[in-house]
Amino acid sequence: MTAPADDRPAPGGESEPHFTEKKHSPGQTPGGQRDKFGNSFYMRDRAWHPPALTPLYKTSVARSPQRAPLSFATTISEETSPVFGNDVLGPLDNDLIHNFAKDGAGAIGPRIVVYGRVVDEANRPVPNTLIEVWQANAGGRYRHKKEGYLAPLDPNFGGCGRCITDENGWYEFRTVQPGPYPWPNGPNDWRPAHIHFSIFGHAFAQRLISQLYFEGDPMIWQCPIVGTIPTPEAIETLVAKLDMGATIPMDARAYRFDIVLRGKRQTLFENRMEGL
Amino acid sequence: MIRDVTRLKETPSQTAGPYVHIGCTPNFCDIGGVYPHDLGSKLITGDVTGERITIKGTVFDGTGTPLKDALIEIWQADSAGLYNSVNETRGTADANFTGWGRSPGDMDTGEFTFETVKPGAVPFRDGRMMAPHVTFWIVARGINLGLHTRMYFEDEAEANAADPILSKIEHQNRVPTLMARREEDGVYRFDIHLQGADETIFFDV
Repeated sequence: MTAPADDRPAPGGESEPHFTEKKHSPGQTPGGQRDKFGNSFYMRDRAWHPPALTPLYKTSVARSPQRAPLSFATTISEETSPVFGNDVLGPLDNDLIHNFAKDGAGAIGPRIVVYGRVVDEANRPVPNTLIEVWQANAGGRYRHKKEGYLAPLDPNFGGCGRCITDENGWYEFRTVQPGPYPWPNGPNDWRPAHIHFSIFGHAFAQRLISQLYFEGDPMIWQCPIVGTIPTPEAIETLVAKLDMGATIPMDARAYRFDIVLRGKRQTLFENRMEGL
Repeated sequence: MIRDVTRLKETPSQTAGPYVHIGCTPNFCDIGGVYPHDLGSKLITGDVTGERITIKGTVFDGTGTPLKDALIEIWQADSAGLYNSVNETRGTADANFTGWGRSPGDMDTGEFTFETVKPGAVPFRDGRMMAPHVTFWIVARGINLGLHTRMYFEDEAEANAADPILSKIEHQNRVPTLMARREEDGVYRFDIHLQGADETIFFDV
């Protein structure tokens, strides 16, 4: 799992927008010395996210709140979140090819490494944050009792994995590329190949679940769930890019997928105690 | 000096889908041996300080049908009002309390259960105290963006009346949707309605 690191663009290098990073201890939010009570997060752009009611994705019809949500600036209840250390992780947690496989075996399918960086809206890295992923196997079948697709289970593939970003926000895991599959919605709807992501960030306001899609997949643009996102521009940010430079030769191709979480509002008075 | 106001756009949300339990509570859905236990299954990890309580509830859709494929997370302060977080600057939270719980709901009924402690009050931004509350986050198939809300305690009438967020709500007749009701000793029920006359107040926060 070390190969992508060798080929990564250096943080702050030409391919990375520049930012000023405050010194911080592992586990602390960048800028963590600021008073937490006087600042809040950028409000979530609800025109960028999918709306609650998206009738072409039928399940949303009965599960979408109909009244306007209550808006208020974040408080300490939203500006804090649980902490997970690397002691949570087992040695194979970030290797979906092997973490459910019998000894000496591995999952069947195109081997890939997925890697990228988690930053906030101000392009500050989000270090030490837990990422959980889940997916179908290479045939498009989930290991779940409610799953009815006729494609077979892979006895050596469970479908879950997790990792924690490093001090610069980088993460990586190894898996097999999932297959597309049909699902009950319209008479012939198919999900594009995708990997589900759950990301914690450093504040409950940043909590996010989304999905990764794969560059060049024509199924992306036919999917009613992808279509809940209002703009093609936003959808494109969920499409992982093939990165041949980060492949592990004779082993696995690499896809890069960067994640942006909500950012804390910066003020010109960062060291002044506000509020309290 | 002019600040650079260029900002990146947040990664857009997508539904957690029908198989969120594979990723977040794999042991619950019979994917054993990958993780030793499901994260968030215990908030209390030792000899915790405070009143032990149980939170139970069900998430209902607009037809009144319970959701059986949701994932419910809670986040709360300890009994002294401190969060177990690196961003907590006011003190150190109870080491035997994580403050974070995650429930896949009961396989047959969808009912979620959290064994926890009653949280202490925490301050609002201006220093006023917020009434004791538990943050809820609900994701499921058909929910395109995770839903934030709060559970308050019906038996904290005085603190609730002074709460800076509850008092700001225009439709005060909806405030009861945020109230957990004490059923028997130590059990609070907090049902969540995604739609309908009893639709829970969700937060854009």
